[in-house]
Amino acid sequence: MNGVPALALADITCRFAARDGRSDAYTAVANATLEVAKGEFVSVVGPTGCGKSTLLNVAAGLLEPSSGTVEVFGERLLSTEGVNRRAGYMFQADALMPWRSGIDNVIAGLEFRGMARAEALVQGEAWLRRVGLAGFGDRYPHQMSGGMRKRLALAQTLILSPDILLMDEPFSALDVQTRQLMENELLALWAEDRKSVLFITHDLEEAIALSDRVVVLSAGPATRPIGDFRVDLPRPRDVSEIRMTPAFAKLHREIWGAMREEVLKAYEAQKVL
Amino acid sequence: MRLRILQILVLVLLIAAWYLLTAPGLIPPFYFEQANRAAFFFGEPQKVFWVIVEWFVSGEIFIHLAVTLLETALGFSIGAIFGLGIGLWLALSPTASAVMDPYIKGLNSMPRVVLAPIFAVWFGLGIWSKVALGVTLVFFVVFFNVYQGVREVSPNLIASARMLGASRRQLLRSIYLPAAMSWVFASLHNAVGLAFVGAVVGEYLGSARGVGYLILQAEGTFDINTVFAGILVLTAFALALDSAVGAVERRLMTWQPRAGETEKV
Ligand SMILES: Nc1ncnc2c1ncn2[C@@H]1O[C@H](COP(=O)(O)OP(=O)(O)OP(=O)(O)O)[C@@H](O)[C@H]1O
Ligand SMILES: [Mg+2]
Repeated sequence: MNGVPALALADITCRFAARDGRSDAYTAVANATLEVAKGEFVSVVGPTGCGKSTLLNVAAGLLEPSSGTVEVFGERLLSTEGVNRRAGYMFQADALMPWRSGIDNVIAGLEFRGMARAEALVQGEAWLRRVGLAGFGDRYPHQMSGGMRKRLALAQTLILSPDILLMDEPFSALDVQTRQLMENELLALWAEDRKSVLFITHDLEEAIALSDRVVVLSAGPATRPIGDFRVDLPRPRDVSEIRMTPAFAKLHREIWGAMREEVLKAYEAQKVL
Repeated sequence: MRLRILQILVLVLLIAAWYLLTAPGLIPPFYFEQANRAAFFFGEPQKVFWVIVEWFVSGEIFIHLAVTLLETALGFSIGAIFGLGIGLWLALSPTASAVMDPYIKGLNSMPRVVLAPIFAVWFGLGIWSKVALGVTLVFFVVFFNVYQGVREVSPNLIASARMLGASRRQLLRSIYLPAAMSWVFASLHNAVGLAFVGAVVGEYLGSARGVGYLILQAEGTFDINTVFAGILVLTAFALALDSAVGAVERRLMTWQPRAGETEKV
Protein backbone atom coordinates (compact mmCIF):
# COMPACT_ATOMS: atom_id res chain seq x y z
CA MET A 1 0.00 0.00 0.00
CA ASN A 2 2.05 2.93 -1.20
CA GLY A 3 1.55 6.48 -2.37
CA VAL A 4 -1.09 8.90 -1.18
CA PRO A 5 -3.64 7.57 1.27
CA ALA A 6 -7.23 7.20 0.08
CA LEU A 7 -8.43 9.22 3.02
CA ALA A 8 -6.43 11.42 5.36
CA LEU A 9 -7.97 13.27 8.28
CA ALA A 10 -5.42 15.65 9.73
CA ASP A 11 -5.75 17.34 13.11
CA ILE A 12 -9.56 17.37 13.04
CA THR A 13 -11.39 19.24 15.79
CA CYS A 14 -15.20 19.43 15.97
CA ARG A 15 -16.94 21.74 18.37
CA PHE A 16 -20.73 21.82 18.59
CA ALA A 17 -22.27 25.09 19.72
CA ALA A 18 -24.56 24.60 22.70
CA ARG A 19 -28.23 24.87 21.79
CA ASP A 20 -29.31 26.92 24.77
CA GLY A 21 -26.50 29.46 24.29
CA ARG A 22 -25.61 29.44 27.99
CA SER A 23 -23.40 26.43 28.48
CA ASP A 24 -20.06 26.09 26.70
CA ALA A 25 -19.62 24.60 23.27
CA TYR A 26 -19.11 20.85 23.32
CA THR A 27 -15.84 19.59 21.84
CA ALA A 28 -16.71 16.19 20.44
CA VAL A 29 -13.46 15.48 18.59
CA ALA A 30 -10.11 17.13 19.23
CA ASN A 31 -6.94 16.95 17.14
CA ALA A 32 -7.79 13.63 15.58
CA THR A 33 -5.51 12.34 12.83
CA LEU A 34 -6.41 9.24 10.89
CA GLU A 35 -5.34 7.74 7.58
CA VAL A 36 -6.78 5.01 5.41
CA ALA A 37 -4.47 3.65 2.72
CA LYS A 38 -5.71 2.54 -0.69
CA GLY A 39 -7.37 -0.83 -0.41
CA GLU A 40 -7.09 -0.87 3.36
CA PHE A 41 -9.88 -1.93 5.71
CA VAL A 42 -9.69 0.22 8.83
CA SER A 43 -12.02 -0.09 11.79
CA VAL A 44 -12.58 2.58 14.38
CA VAL A 45 -13.76 1.49 17.80
CA GLY A 46 -14.67 3.61 20.76
CA PRO A 47 -17.21 3.88 23.53
CA THR A 48 -20.70 5.10 22.70
CA GLY A 49 -21.07 8.84 22.23
CA CYS A 50 -17.34 9.40 21.78
CA GLY A 51 -17.60 10.96 18.32
CA LYS A 52 -17.28 8.12 15.85
CA SER A 53 -20.21 9.22 13.68
CA THR A 54 -18.97 12.80 13.87
CA LEU A 55 -15.58 11.75 12.53
CA LEU A 56 -17.19 9.78 9.71
CA ASN A 57 -19.43 12.72 8.76
CA VAL A 58 -16.32 14.84 8.49
CA ALA A 59 -14.73 12.25 6.20
CA ALA A 60 -17.90 12.23 4.09
CA GLY A 61 -17.86 16.00 3.72
CA LEU A 62 -21.27 16.22 5.38
CA LEU A 63 -19.89 18.05 8.40
CA GLU A 64 -17.29 20.78 8.25
CA PRO A 65 -14.73 20.40 11.03
CA SER A 66 -14.04 23.41 13.24
CA SER A 67 -10.40 23.00 12.29
CA GLY A 68 -8.24 20.50 10.47
CA THR A 69 -8.20 19.18 6.93
CA VAL A 70 -9.53 16.22 5.01
CA GLU A 71 -7.68 14.91 1.98
CA VAL A 72 -9.17 12.43 -0.46
CA PHE A 73 -6.56 10.76 -2.66
CA GLY A 74 -4.31 13.74 -2.05
CA GLU A 75 -6.91 16.41 -2.79
CA ARG A 76 -8.30 18.76 -0.19
CA LEU A 77 -11.99 18.23 0.53
CA LEU A 78 -13.57 21.67 0.63
CA SER A 79 -16.99 22.25 2.09
CA THR A 80 -17.76 24.70 -0.72
CA GLU A 81 -17.53 21.87 -3.22
CA GLY A 82 -20.08 19.68 -1.50
CA VAL A 83 -19.71 16.16 -0.21
CA ASN A 84 -16.93 13.65 -0.74
CA ARG A 85 -17.76 12.41 -4.24
CA ARG A 86 -15.50 9.40 -4.09
CA ALA A 87 -17.07 7.97 -0.98
CA GLY A 88 -20.14 5.85 -0.35
CA TYR A 89 -21.74 6.07 3.08
CA MET A 90 -23.75 3.46 4.92
CA PHE A 91 -25.53 5.21 7.74
CA GLN A 92 -26.02 4.08 11.31
CA ALA A 93 -29.76 4.75 11.14
CA ASP A 94 -32.07 3.67 8.37
CA ALA A 95 -31.65 5.99 5.37
CA LEU A 96 -33.68 4.27 2.68
CA MET A 97 -36.36 6.23 0.86
CA PRO A 98 -39.60 4.80 2.23
CA TRP A 99 -41.58 5.77 -0.89
CA ARG A 100 -39.32 3.83 -3.23
CA SER A 101 -39.44 0.10 -3.73
CA GLY A 102 -36.33 -1.96 -3.05
CA ILE A 103 -35.03 -1.87 -6.59
CA ASP A 104 -35.73 1.85 -6.94
CA ASN A 105 -33.77 2.48 -3.77
CA VAL A 106 -30.84 0.47 -5.09
CA ILE A 107 -30.67 2.33 -8.38
CA ALA A 108 -31.23 5.80 -6.87
CA GLY A 109 -27.55 6.70 -7.17
CA LEU A 110 -27.37 5.61 -10.80
CA GLU A 111 -30.49 7.62 -11.47
CA PHE A 112 -28.92 10.72 -9.89
CA ARG A 113 -25.96 10.22 -12.23
CA GLY A 114 -28.33 10.25 -15.19
CA MET A 115 -28.07 6.61 -16.24
CA ALA A 116 -30.90 5.30 -18.44
CA ARG A 117 -33.47 3.47 -16.36
CA ALA A 118 -33.36 0.21 -18.31
CA GLU A 119 -29.61 -0.06 -17.87
CA ALA A 120 -29.83 0.91 -14.20
CA LEU A 121 -32.47 -1.75 -13.59
CA VAL A 122 -30.21 -4.46 -15.01
CA GLN A 123 -27.41 -3.44 -12.65
CA GLY A 124 -29.85 -3.07 -9.78
CA GLU A 125 -31.19 -6.60 -10.20
CA ALA A 126 -27.64 -7.92 -10.30
CA TRP A 127 -26.86 -6.17 -7.02
CA LEU A 128 -30.05 -7.39 -5.39
CA ARG A 129 -28.91 -10.90 -6.24
CA ARG A 130 -25.45 -10.29 -4.82
CA VAL A 131 -26.81 -9.19 -1.46
CA GLY A 132 -29.32 -12.04 -1.41
CA LEU A 133 -32.45 -10.02 -2.12
CA ALA A 134 -33.31 -11.40 -5.57
CA GLY A 135 -37.07 -11.25 -6.03
CA PHE A 136 -37.60 -8.71 -3.25
CA GLY A 137 -37.06 -5.69 -5.48
CA ASP A 138 -40.70 -4.66 -5.57
CA ARG A 139 -41.10 -4.59 -1.80
CA TYR A 140 -41.09 -1.31 0.04
CA PRO A 141 -38.63 -0.84 2.91
CA HIS A 142 -41.34 -1.15 5.55
CA GLN A 143 -42.18 -4.59 4.17
CA MET A 144 -38.63 -5.80 4.79
CA SER A 145 -36.89 -7.03 7.92
CA GLY A 146 -34.11 -5.01 9.54
CA GLY A 147 -31.49 -7.32 8.04
CA MET A 148 -32.99 -7.03 4.58
CA ARG A 149 -32.99 -3.26 4.84
CA LYS A 150 -29.32 -3.28 5.81
CA ARG A 151 -28.52 -5.43 2.78
CA LEU A 152 -30.55 -3.10 0.60
CA ALA A 153 -28.57 -0.14 1.92
CA LEU A 154 -25.36 -2.05 1.21
CA ALA A 155 -26.43 -2.65 -2.40
CA GLN A 156 -27.50 1.00 -2.70
CA THR A 157 -24.03 2.12 -1.65
CA LEU A 158 -21.93 -0.46 -3.48
CA ILE A 159 -23.72 -0.21 -6.83
CA LEU A 160 -21.92 3.12 -7.39
CA SER A 161 -18.61 1.37 -6.81
CA PRO A 162 -17.20 4.14 -4.57
CA ASP A 163 -13.44 4.25 -4.07
CA ILE A 164 -13.93 4.79 -0.36
CA LEU A 165 -16.55 3.05 1.73
CA LEU A 166 -17.66 4.72 4.96
CA MET A 167 -19.71 2.47 7.22
CA ASP A 168 -21.25 3.57 10.51
CA GLU A 169 -22.07 0.57 12.70
CA PRO A 170 -23.91 -0.99 9.78
CA PHE A 171 -24.64 -4.28 11.49
CA SER A 172 -25.05 -3.29 15.12
CA ALA A 173 -28.84 -3.68 15.05
CA LEU A 174 -28.73 -7.27 13.78
CA ASP A 175 -28.77 -10.56 15.66
CA VAL A 176 -25.47 -12.43 15.96
CA GLN A 177 -26.13 -14.99 13.20
CA THR A 178 -27.37 -12.51 10.61
CA ARG A 179 -24.55 -10.24 11.55
CA GLN A 180 -21.87 -12.83 10.93
CA LEU A 181 -23.47 -13.70 7.60
CA MET A 182 -23.41 -10.06 6.58
CA GLU A 183 -19.84 -9.59 7.79
CA ASN A 184 -18.74 -12.50 5.63
CA GLU A 185 -20.69 -11.12 2.69
CA LEU A 186 -19.05 -7.75 3.17
CA LEU A 187 -15.60 -9.32 3.26
CA ALA A 188 -16.35 -11.30 0.10
CA LEU A 189 -17.57 -8.21 -1.73
CA TRP A 190 -14.62 -6.22 -0.48
CA ALA A 191 -12.15 -8.92 -1.58
CA GLU A 192 -13.40 -8.59 -5.17
CA ASP A 193 -12.01 -5.12 -5.72
CA ARG A 194 -10.40 -3.96 -2.47
CA LYS A 195 -11.96 -0.59 -1.81
CA SER A 196 -10.65 1.53 1.01
CA VAL A 197 -12.97 1.06 3.96
CA LEU A 198 -13.47 3.10 7.11
CA PHE A 199 -15.67 0.96 9.30
CA ILE A 200 -17.09 2.17 12.57
CA THR A 201 -18.22 -0.11 15.32
CA HIS A 202 -18.29 -0.35 19.07
CA ASP A 203 -17.81 -4.09 18.86
CA LEU A 204 -14.12 -4.89 19.17
CA GLU A 205 -14.52 -8.48 17.96
CA GLU A 206 -16.20 -7.31 14.78
CA ALA A 207 -13.44 -4.76 14.25
CA ILE A 208 -10.65 -7.31 14.58
CA ALA A 209 -12.38 -9.95 12.48
CA LEU A 210 -12.90 -7.60 9.54
CA SER A 211 -9.98 -5.20 9.45
CA ASP A 212 -6.39 -4.69 8.50
CA ARG A 213 -6.08 -2.07 11.19
CA VAL A 214 -8.05 -1.14 14.31
CA VAL A 215 -8.01 2.41 15.65
CA VAL A 216 -9.16 2.97 19.22
CA LEU A 217 -10.74 6.30 20.17
CA SER A 218 -10.68 7.81 23.63
CA ALA A 219 -13.89 8.56 25.49
CA GLY A 220 -15.50 11.95 24.84
CA PRO A 221 -15.33 14.88 25.13
CA ALA A 222 -12.30 15.82 23.02
CA THR A 223 -12.02 12.40 21.46
CA ARG A 224 -8.87 11.41 19.62
CA PRO A 225 -7.23 8.14 18.55
CA ILE A 226 -5.27 6.59 21.40
CA GLY A 227 -4.25 3.32 19.85
CA ASP A 228 -3.54 1.92 16.40
CA PHE A 229 -3.25 -1.83 16.02
CA ARG A 230 -2.30 -3.79 12.91
CA VAL A 231 -4.30 -6.99 12.45
CA ASP A 232 -2.13 -9.55 10.71
CA LEU A 233 -4.65 -12.33 10.46
CA PRO A 234 -4.66 -14.27 7.17
CA ARG A 235 -7.27 -13.60 4.49
CA PRO A 236 -9.69 -14.74 3.27
CA ARG A 237 -11.30 -14.91 6.66
CA ASP A 238 -14.43 -16.43 8.03
CA VAL A 239 -15.56 -14.13 10.80
CA SER A 240 -16.97 -16.85 13.03
CA GLU A 241 -13.95 -19.16 12.65
CA ILE A 242 -11.32 -16.52 13.03
CA ARG A 243 -12.66 -15.64 16.45
CA MET A 244 -11.55 -19.07 17.67
CA THR A 245 -7.89 -18.66 16.76
CA PRO A 246 -5.25 -17.88 19.42
CA ALA A 247 -3.90 -14.97 17.35
CA PHE A 248 -7.34 -13.36 17.50
CA ALA A 249 -7.54 -13.83 21.26
CA LYS A 250 -4.13 -12.27 21.72
CA LEU A 251 -5.03 -9.21 19.65
CA HIS A 252 -8.34 -8.90 21.46
CA ARG A 253 -6.61 -8.91 24.86
CA GLU A 254 -4.11 -6.33 23.70
CA ILE A 255 -6.64 -3.89 22.24
CA TRP A 256 -9.17 -4.39 24.99
CA GLY A 257 -6.45 -3.45 27.44
CA ALA A 258 -6.22 -0.08 25.74
CA MET A 259 -9.99 0.36 25.43
CA ARG A 260 -11.13 -0.75 28.85
CA GLU A 261 -10.24 2.38 30.68
CA GLU A 262 -11.94 4.58 28.04
CA VAL A 263 -15.14 2.57 28.11
CA LEU A 264 -15.30 2.89 31.88
CA LYS A 265 -14.63 6.61 31.63
CA ALA A 266 -17.44 7.04 29.11
CA TYR A 267 -19.77 5.03 31.30
CA GLU A 268 -18.98 7.13 34.37
CA ALA A 269 -19.44 10.33 32.38
CA GLN A 270 -22.87 9.25 31.20
CA LYS A 271 -23.94 8.18 34.66
CA VAL A 272 -23.29 11.69 35.91
CA LEU A 273 -25.53 13.23 33.27
CA MET B 1 -72.42 -7.92 8.84
CA ARG B 2 -74.09 -7.65 12.23
CA LEU B 3 -72.61 -4.19 12.40
CA ARG B 4 -74.30 -3.23 9.13
CA ILE B 5 -77.67 -4.46 10.41
CA LEU B 6 -77.31 -2.43 13.59
CA GLN B 7 -76.26 0.63 11.61
CA ILE B 8 -79.33 0.34 9.39
CA LEU B 9 -81.49 -0.20 12.46
CA VAL B 10 -80.27 3.10 13.90
CA LEU B 11 -81.18 4.87 10.66
CA VAL B 12 -84.65 3.31 10.61
CA LEU B 13 -85.22 4.30 14.23
CA LEU B 14 -84.16 7.88 13.55
CA ILE B 15 -86.48 8.21 10.57
CA ALA B 16 -89.33 6.60 12.49
CA ALA B 17 -88.87 9.04 15.37
CA TRP B 18 -88.75 11.92 12.90
CA TYR B 19 -91.98 10.73 11.31
CA LEU B 20 -93.79 10.13 14.60
CA LEU B 21 -92.86 13.51 16.01
CA THR B 22 -93.72 15.54 12.92
CA ALA B 23 -96.75 13.90 11.23
CA PRO B 24 -99.64 16.35 11.84
CA GLY B 25 -102.27 14.91 14.13
CA LEU B 26 -100.56 11.59 14.72
CA ILE B 27 -99.72 12.30 18.33
CA PRO B 28 -101.21 15.17 20.30
CA PRO B 29 -99.01 18.29 20.08
CA PHE B 30 -97.06 18.70 23.34
CA TYR B 31 -94.75 21.58 22.52
CA PHE B 32 -96.35 23.55 19.68
CA GLU B 33 -99.93 24.65 20.10
CA GLN B 34 -100.92 23.64 16.56
CA ALA B 35 -100.76 20.13 15.13
CA ASN B 36 -98.94 21.05 11.91
CA ARG B 37 -96.29 23.26 13.51
CA ALA B 38 -93.76 20.46 14.02
CA ALA B 39 -93.97 19.59 10.35
CA PHE B 40 -93.50 23.26 9.49
CA PHE B 41 -90.25 23.51 11.41
CA PHE B 42 -88.80 20.03 10.96
CA GLY B 43 -90.24 18.76 7.70
CA GLU B 44 -91.65 15.30 7.19
CA PRO B 45 -89.45 12.38 6.15
CA GLN B 46 -91.81 10.97 3.51
CA LYS B 47 -92.14 14.40 1.87
CA VAL B 48 -88.38 14.94 1.98
CA PHE B 49 -87.98 11.55 0.34
CA TRP B 50 -90.38 12.46 -2.48
CA VAL B 51 -88.60 15.75 -3.08
CA ILE B 52 -85.34 13.84 -3.57
CA VAL B 53 -86.98 11.28 -5.84
CA GLU B 54 -88.55 14.06 -7.86
CA TRP B 55 -85.16 15.77 -8.25
CA PHE B 56 -83.52 12.66 -9.60
CA VAL B 57 -86.44 11.53 -11.77
CA SER B 58 -86.84 14.90 -13.44
CA GLY B 59 -83.06 15.23 -13.66
CA GLU B 60 -83.27 18.72 -12.20
CA ILE B 61 -80.67 17.97 -9.53
CA PHE B 62 -77.87 16.91 -11.87
CA ILE B 63 -76.90 20.32 -13.12
CA HIS B 64 -76.73 21.56 -9.53
CA LEU B 65 -74.67 18.60 -8.37
CA ALA B 66 -72.37 19.02 -11.35
CA VAL B 67 -71.80 22.68 -10.56
CA THR B 68 -71.09 22.00 -6.89
CA LEU B 69 -68.73 19.19 -7.81
CA LEU B 70 -66.91 21.34 -10.35
CA GLU B 71 -66.46 24.11 -7.79
CA THR B 72 -65.17 21.59 -5.26
CA ALA B 73 -62.74 20.06 -7.73
CA LEU B 74 -61.40 23.41 -8.91
CA GLY B 75 -61.14 24.79 -5.38
CA PHE B 76 -59.29 21.72 -4.25
CA SER B 77 -56.86 21.50 -7.17
CA ILE B 78 -55.92 25.17 -7.24
CA GLY B 79 -55.61 25.37 -3.46
CA ALA B 80 -53.54 22.19 -3.32
CA ILE B 81 -51.16 23.32 -6.08
CA PHE B 82 -50.58 26.70 -4.45
CA GLY B 83 -50.23 25.11 -1.02
CA LEU B 84 -47.69 22.63 -2.32
CA GLY B 85 -45.65 25.20 -4.22
CA ILE B 86 -45.56 27.85 -1.53
CA GLY B 87 -45.14 25.27 1.23
CA LEU B 88 -42.07 23.82 -0.52
CA TRP B 89 -40.66 27.24 -1.20
CA LEU B 90 -40.99 28.54 2.35
CA ALA B 91 -39.83 25.29 3.93
CA LEU B 92 -36.65 25.29 1.84
CA SER B 93 -35.87 28.97 2.22
CA PRO B 94 -35.45 29.94 5.88
CA THR B 95 -35.24 33.68 5.16
CA ALA B 96 -38.46 33.79 3.18
CA SER B 97 -40.20 31.71 5.82
CA ALA B 98 -39.01 34.01 8.62
CA VAL B 99 -40.27 37.08 6.74
CA MET B 100 -43.62 35.55 5.83
CA ASP B 101 -44.26 33.87 9.15
CA PRO B 102 -46.48 36.55 10.80
CA TYR B 103 -48.53 37.02 7.63
CA ILE B 104 -49.15 33.32 7.20
CA LYS B 105 -50.16 33.05 10.84
CA GLY B 106 -52.45 36.05 10.52
CA LEU B 107 -54.13 34.84 7.36
CA ASN B 108 -54.60 31.43 8.87
CA SER B 109 -56.24 32.65 12.06
CA MET B 110 -58.61 34.91 10.15
CA PRO B 111 -62.07 33.32 9.82
CA ARG B 112 -61.87 33.03 6.06
CA VAL B 113 -65.57 32.44 5.49
CA VAL B 114 -66.06 36.20 5.93
CA LEU B 115 -64.21 36.61 2.64
CA ALA B 116 -67.13 35.03 0.78
CA PRO B 117 -69.04 38.32 0.21
CA ILE B 118 -65.84 40.00 -0.97
CA PHE B 119 -65.19 37.19 -3.42
CA ALA B 120 -68.77 37.55 -4.66
CA VAL B 121 -67.99 41.19 -5.44
CA TRP B 122 -64.64 40.40 -7.05
CA PHE B 123 -65.54 37.30 -9.00
CA GLY B 124 -69.28 37.69 -9.50
CA LEU B 125 -71.98 35.16 -8.68
CA GLY B 126 -70.69 32.44 -11.04
CA ILE B 127 -68.56 29.54 -9.99
CA TRP B 128 -65.31 31.49 -9.48
CA SER B 129 -66.31 33.19 -6.26
CA LYS B 130 -67.04 29.72 -4.79
CA VAL B 131 -63.78 28.33 -6.15
CA ALA B 132 -61.92 31.25 -4.56
CA LEU B 133 -63.47 30.52 -1.18
CA GLY B 134 -62.57 26.84 -1.53
CA VAL B 135 -59.01 27.79 -2.48
CA THR B 136 -58.48 29.92 0.62
CA LEU B 137 -59.75 27.08 2.80
CA VAL B 138 -57.76 24.31 1.09
CA PHE B 139 -54.56 26.30 0.66
CA PHE B 140 -53.74 26.56 4.35
CA VAL B 141 -54.40 22.91 5.14
CA VAL B 142 -52.12 21.79 2.33
CA PHE B 143 -49.59 24.53 2.97
CA PHE B 144 -49.08 23.67 6.63
CA ASN B 145 -48.84 19.99 5.91
CA VAL B 146 -46.27 20.46 3.18
CA TYR B 147 -44.28 22.85 5.32
CA GLN B 148 -44.30 20.42 8.21
CA GLY B 149 -43.55 17.48 5.93
CA VAL B 150 -40.50 19.10 4.40
CA ARG B 151 -39.22 20.31 7.76
CA GLU B 152 -39.48 16.83 9.20
CA VAL B 153 -37.65 14.94 6.48
CA SER B 154 -35.00 12.99 8.31
CA PRO B 155 -31.59 14.69 7.94
CA ASN B 156 -30.20 11.21 7.47
CA LEU B 157 -32.25 10.72 4.34
CA ILE B 158 -31.01 14.00 2.90
CA ALA B 159 -27.41 13.19 3.77
CA SER B 160 -27.83 9.77 2.21
CA ALA B 161 -29.22 11.18 -1.03
CA ARG B 162 -26.40 13.71 -1.18
CA MET B 163 -23.82 10.97 -0.73
CA LEU B 164 -25.50 9.08 -3.57
CA GLY B 165 -24.81 12.12 -5.71
CA ALA B 166 -28.14 13.97 -5.77
CA SER B 167 -28.04 17.59 -6.94
CA ARG B 168 -30.28 20.22 -5.34
CA ARG B 169 -32.91 19.65 -8.01
CA GLN B 170 -32.79 15.92 -7.56
CA LEU B 171 -33.07 16.33 -3.79
CA LEU B 172 -36.23 18.34 -4.35
CA ARG B 173 -37.71 15.77 -6.69
CA SER B 174 -36.65 12.59 -4.94
CA ILE B 175 -36.76 13.55 -1.28
CA TYR B 176 -38.64 16.74 -0.46
CA LEU B 177 -41.53 16.33 -2.87
CA PRO B 178 -42.40 12.72 -1.98
CA ALA B 179 -42.03 13.51 1.73
CA ALA B 180 -44.34 16.50 1.34
CA MET B 181 -46.80 14.49 -0.73
CA SER B 182 -47.26 11.94 1.99
CA TRP B 183 -48.33 14.74 4.33
CA VAL B 184 -50.60 16.19 1.68
CA PHE B 185 -52.31 12.86 1.34
CA ALA B 186 -52.65 12.63 5.09
CA SER B 187 -54.65 15.86 4.91
CA LEU B 188 -56.52 14.96 1.74
CA HIS B 189 -59.83 14.10 3.42
CA ASN B 190 -59.72 17.33 5.30
CA ALA B 191 -58.83 19.39 2.24
CA VAL B 192 -61.49 17.90 -0.03
CA GLY B 193 -64.07 18.37 2.72
CA LEU B 194 -63.11 22.03 3.01
CA ALA B 195 -63.29 22.60 -0.75
CA PHE B 196 -66.82 21.20 -0.55
CA VAL B 197 -67.69 23.49 2.33
CA GLY B 198 -66.32 26.44 0.36
CA ALA B 199 -68.47 25.58 -2.63
CA VAL B 200 -71.69 25.13 -0.67
CA VAL B 201 -71.24 28.15 1.57
CA GLY B 202 -70.42 30.24 -1.48
CA GLU B 203 -73.53 29.08 -3.27
CA TYR B 204 -75.61 29.68 -0.21
CA LEU B 205 -74.45 33.28 -0.06
CA GLY B 206 -75.48 34.04 -3.62
CA SER B 207 -75.57 31.99 -6.79
CA ALA B 208 -77.71 30.82 -9.65
CA ARG B 209 -76.82 27.12 -9.57
CA GLY B 210 -75.61 24.42 -7.21
CA VAL B 211 -77.03 22.44 -4.32
CA GLY B 212 -76.42 25.35 -1.97
CA TYR B 213 -78.56 27.45 -4.31
CA LEU B 214 -81.41 24.92 -4.09
CA ILE B 215 -81.35 25.16 -0.33
CA LEU B 216 -81.28 28.94 -0.46
CA GLN B 217 -84.30 29.00 -2.81
CA ALA B 218 -86.34 26.62 -0.65
CA GLU B 219 -85.56 28.60 2.45
CA GLY B 220 -86.89 31.73 0.76
CA THR B 221 -90.29 30.06 0.41
CA PHE B 222 -90.23 28.35 3.83
CA ASP B 223 -90.18 25.00 2.05
CA ILE B 224 -88.52 23.13 4.89
CA ASN B 225 -88.84 19.72 3.21
CA THR B 226 -86.74 20.87 0.28
CA VAL B 227 -84.15 22.32 2.62
CA PHE B 228 -83.84 18.97 4.35
CA ALA B 229 -83.74 17.19 1.02
CA GLY B 230 -80.85 19.43 -0.03
CA ILE B 231 -79.01 18.76 3.23
CA LEU B 232 -79.45 15.00 2.81
CA VAL B 233 -78.21 15.07 -0.78
CA LEU B 234 -75.19 17.12 0.30
CA THR B 235 -74.40 14.68 3.09
CA ALA B 236 -74.62 11.67 0.82
CA PHE B 237 -72.49 13.49 -1.69
CA ALA B 238 -69.86 14.38 0.91
CA LEU B 239 -69.72 10.75 2.02
CA ALA B 240 -69.26 9.56 -1.56
CA LEU B 241 -66.53 12.15 -2.10
CA ASP B 242 -64.79 11.01 1.06
CA SER B 243 -64.75 7.37 0.06
CA ALA B 244 -63.48 8.32 -3.40
CA VAL B 245 -60.60 10.17 -1.74
CA GLY B 246 -59.98 7.11 0.41
CA ALA B 247 -59.71 4.94 -2.70
CA VAL B 248 -57.26 7.33 -4.36
CA GLU B 249 -55.23 7.47 -1.18
CA ARG B 250 -54.97 3.69 -0.90
CA ARG B 251 -53.76 3.49 -4.48
CA LEU B 252 -51.08 6.15 -4.18
CA MET B 253 -49.80 5.40 -0.72
CA THR B 254 -48.94 1.72 -1.03
CA TRP B 255 -45.48 2.43 0.30
CA GLN B 256 -46.73 3.54 3.70
CA PRO B 257 -46.88 1.04 6.51
CA ARG B 258 -50.40 0.40 7.71
CA ALA B 259 -51.46 -1.21 10.93
CA GLY B 260 -52.38 -4.87 10.77
CA GLU B 261 -51.27 -5.80 7.28
CA THR B 262 -51.21 -9.55 7.80
CA GLU B 263 -53.69 -11.51 5.80
CA LYS B 264 -56.28 -13.62 7.59
CA VAL B 265 -56.22 -17.31 6.69
N1 LIG C 1 -25.21 18.30 15.97
C1 LIG C 1 -24.73 18.15 17.21
N2 LIG C 1 -24.89 19.13 18.12
C2 LIG C 1 -24.40 19.00 19.38
N3 LIG C 1 -23.77 17.91 19.83
C3 LIG C 1 -23.60 16.88 18.98
C4 LIG C 1 -24.07 16.94 17.63
N4 LIG C 1 -23.76 15.78 17.02
C5 LIG C 1 -23.13 15.04 17.94
N5 LIG C 1 -23.01 15.69 19.12
C6 LIG C 1 -22.36 15.19 20.32
O1 LIG C 1 -21.08 14.73 19.96
C7 LIG C 1 -20.78 13.54 20.63
C8 LIG C 1 -20.39 12.47 19.62
O2 LIG C 1 -21.52 12.07 18.86
P1 LIG C 1 -21.43 10.90 17.81
O3 LIG C 1 -22.76 10.76 17.19
O4 LIG C 1 -20.30 11.15 16.90
O5 LIG C 1 -21.14 9.66 18.75
P2 LIG C 1 -20.84 8.15 18.34
O6 LIG C 1 -19.46 7.85 18.75
O7 LIG C 1 -21.19 7.91 16.93
O8 LIG C 1 -21.82 7.36 19.30
P3 LIG C 1 -22.63 5.98 19.04
O9 LIG C 1 -21.65 4.87 19.18
O10 LIG C 1 -23.61 5.95 20.16
O11 LIG C 1 -23.24 6.09 17.69
C9 LIG C 1 -21.98 13.16 21.46
O12 LIG C 1 -21.72 13.52 22.81
C10 LIG C 1 -23.08 14.02 20.91
O13 LIG C 1 -23.95 14.41 21.94
MG1 LIG D 1 -22.72 6.91 15.95
